[in-house]
Amino acid sequence: MVIGVLREAQAGETRVAATPATVQQLLKLGYEVTVETGAGEASSFTDEAYTEAGATIGDPLAADVVFGVNAPARAQLDGLKPGATLIALLSPRLDQAMVDDLARRPITALSMDAVPRISRAQSLDVLSSMANIAGYRAVVEAAHTYGRFFTGQVTAAGKVNPAKILVAGVGVAGLAAIGAAGSMGAIVYATDPRPEVADQVKSLGGEYLSVESEEAQVSATGYAKEMSDDYNTRAAKLYAELATDVDIIITTALIPGRPAPTLITAEMVASMKPGSVIVDMAAQNGGNVEGTVKGEAVVTEGGVTILGFTDLAGRLPAQASQLYGTNLVNLMKLMTPEKDGVLVLDSEDVVQRGITVVDDGELAWPPPEVQVSAAPTAPPKEVAPPPPPKEPMSDTTRLGFVLAAAALFFGLVAISPEVLVPRLTVFALAIVIGYYVIGHVHHALHTPLMSVTNAISGIIVVGGLLQIGHSNDTITAVAFVAILFASINVFGGFAVTRRMLAMFSRS
Amino acid sequence: MTVTVPAQAAYLVAALLFIAALAGLSKHETAKVGLRYGMAGMAVALIATVWLAIDADIKDIGLVLLLVAVVIGAAIGIWRARIVEMTGMPELIALLHSFVGMAAVLVGWNGFLLVENDKNGEEALHLDVLGTLGIHHAEVMIGVFIGAVTFTGSIVAYLKLSGKIDSKPLMLPGKNLINVGSLVVFAGLTVWFCASPGIVPLILATILALALGWHLVASIGGGDMPVVVSMLNSYSGWAAAASGFLLENDALIITGALVGSSGAYLSYIMCQAMNRSFISVIAGGFGIEAPAGDGDTDYGEHREVDAEGAAELLKSAKSVIITPGYGMAVAQAQHGVADLTRKLRDAGVEVRFGIHPVAGRLPGHMNVLLAEAKVPYDIVLEMDEINDDFAETSVVLVIGANDTVNPAAADDPSSPIAGMPVLHVWESENVIVFKRSMASGYAGVQNPLFFRENTQMLFGDAKDRVEDILKAL
Repeated sequence: MVIGVLREAQAGETRVAATPATVQQLLKLGYEVTVETGAGEASSFTDEAYTEAGATIGDPLAADVVFGVNAPARAQLDGLKPGATLIALLSPRLDQAMVDDLARRPITALSMDAVPRISRAQSLDVLSSMANIAGYRAVVEAAHTYGRFFTGQVTAAGKVNPAKILVAGVGVAGLAAIGAAGSMGAIVYATDPRPEVADQVKSLGGEYLSVESEEAQVSATGYAKEMSDDYNTRAAKLYAELATDVDIIITTALIPGRPAPTLITAEMVASMKPGSVIVDMAAQNGGNVEGTVKGEAVVTEGGVTILGFTDLAGRLPAQASQLYGTNLVNLMKLMTPEKDGVLVLDSEDVVQRGITVVDDGELAWPPPEVQVSAAPTAPPKEVAPPPPPKEPMSDTTRLGFVLAAAALFFGLVAISPEVLVPRLTVFALAIVIGYYVIGHVHHALHTPLMSVTNAISGIIVVGGLLQIGHSNDTITAVAFVAILFASINVFGGFAVTRRMLAMFSRS
Repeated sequence: MTVTVPAQAAYLVAALLFIAALAGLSKHETAKVGLRYGMAGMAVALIATVWLAIDADIKDIGLVLLLVAVVIGAAIGIWRARIVEMTGMPELIALLHSFVGMAAVLVGWNGFLLVENDKNGEEALHLDVLGTLGIHHAEVMIGVFIGAVTFTGSIVAYLKLSGKIDSKPLMLPGKNLINVGSLVVFAGLTVWFCASPGIVPLILATILALALGWHLVASIGGGDMPVVVSMLNSYSGWAAAASGFLLENDALIITGALVGSSGAYLSYIMCQAMNRSFISVIAGGFGIEAPAGDGDTDYGEHREVDAEGAAELLKSAKSVIITPGYGMAVAQAQHGVADLTRKLRDAGVEVRFGIHPVAGRLPGHMNVLLAEAKVPYDIVLEMDEINDDFAETSVVLVIGANDTVNPAAADDPSSPIAGMPVLHVWESENVIVFKRSMASGYAGVQNPLFFRENTQMLFGDAKDRVEDILKAL
């Protein structure tokens, strides 16, 4: 089958659905690839680079499978072959008109932004890969606009305080932002209604600030949901306090299919220091900040810059194309089980079912809800409690045992013949010494220790030596064999230990 | 003055030297000196014994045979020790244990031939005067029994370790009954032998012990072999001690008891590391736990990485921890791993090794291999030293380890290996797992680590893959 890669029709779109690197991977799956001329221009991929990778330049609409980033323009849709499969970010949750339009056509439409958030589908989750880029870029944009260093310095020209950054909403984008800002030297705070993200924030060097509320959230779909009024009031108080202190705020609070919640009010913006920067990553859906203008940078009267860019991921076009292209390759791997270049849509598979908007002309939207693995839905199954750890013996019990053992031992020795007593004494003391002598052995030395004790236990050769040369020939013969074997042990054991010890060196 | 007293003195000195040897081998700094003590002790003991033998009017032919046997044995032993691959060490040690067991059996039989089979002989009369003839009967039986168990047990361990027989645990019905029953039967045979010393009960006891040794070790899975090897080491000590009682030789008693108790303690340490019951190891009931978790759990899909990708990851890493396992030994990858370590360290990357106490097939197996490849031992850390550092580590390379890095042990109470302490590799940013296939490890447990989001699989022979990474670097 042939995969066609569209040149994006939407103005300002810089990404492309396949890069030369992903083209090669698609070819390996058995597909042919046709790229529209100039498709990769905005991402710095030339037509030549695609040809070198093995693609042909031509009309992608004639292909069996069509890759796009955004939903294609009406004209492009009209040009699709009947029975073709369209794969792009179709936003079926938000754009009902698009869904209706697609359903009228004799095609199959798969939407990459509908990938269910289960671990298995991580490799095709475009939202995650784009959010990652956007989070990074948000910090870069903020740094570009902010008139100071991020990192604190003590210089001959005076002391520089580090920038303080608040990241509101710790999803993939938020985490990427925390990591990027932290590595530039800023002090990073983060808030999120889900307390379980605290560790993730910490792992990236940020500090998690919790909104003190009864209402902890465990999300069943992997996304945040809207919070109650009580929570919001407390959160607002926290944000109001932070706004006066921090230099940069990055908001990432998005709830799928709903307007973005307002986190930062106009008063909070006004309370910020002049020169502060806010990056509103939710601008597409109305913004988390009062005063955000979608797609633009505005400066408030108080000198605070609010960046409402909606194309943050597209501002790293080559990177974004590479990740999106790889997401598509992963999807193709999933849907090409035989690696023979034949696309198979398996509607039993929750991932494939989840992204199907139109299946061969039949409307398939919305898909049945998928429970994700990110959090358990029901309370965890009753797990048999682990057996209680053995309680260490109390001192009295221990004493009792020791006394009992001592009495038993006394009894045994007391009834044994007199000549045996010195031997038993020696035996018992040697056991104790053996135990204590190796008590603190370094574990790296276990093997040499074992081979040396092995060599030493070859002392049994003494037994053979004492028996050989006896008048009885059988005894001598048996003793001969015993000495032979024991000597192998003695000499072999010592030699091998020596070899091992010679290898230990210290750097 | 007879020769006996100086000989006894020599034995005492030898015993003290052995103690010093074991103590010396507990630390790196003193290990080599410790080894010399051990050799010196052995030399002292042997010279004293030969002197005793000569003094006891050994026949010339006997003296010649004695020297011939020692020389041949020494030649074979040194030859084997020189050519053995470090990865073949477990097999060699298991085999050497079997020799001790064999020697103990032979010495026991000789004791029988010398005394019980020759009722009016000099020795028997001598013992009768002392009133220890009955004790001697029991000593013969016990010595032969322990020796025979050690012998076949070590043989089975050797065969399993060298892959000559299947390492799966043998599951006979009523295995515990077999073990306990054997002991009871042995006690009965001993009573019989003490009452009327004859060759029949001795032969029966020998056969019984041989079978028991076979069964004990055959019941234990290959993954638990490190503990078994250590346990057999202990058994071989007890066998020597039993021979010492038989021959009224203090050097044998002391040394045997030393080896026996230190071997047992070593096994105990290892059992704790694996969260196993010490008693069930000695009893050979190790493998009886049936796997509880079902194999059907869907863990999702794993991700693959190639050598170039791994090299990229390593280049950009701040700190790297390598956790090797038996797979590294099998693939002989330790030299490549050592080169990789050097290269990364030169590039300023902090590289350390995290060794699980039971990685490999005998304790300290990994340390020996890494030492062979000249990895400095102060960057080789044990599990407890390094387990808290995984969270701050950029990349963890899991080379041929499986069960020792299985997160199921820590967080799945139904897992057959639940509760076993493991290396927390999954806490690091990236994990690269070197593995031949997706097959499960020795414990037969699926490893959810491979399906974690921060885990990438690098398939193929560990040695080849490490070399590919070296090239890519």
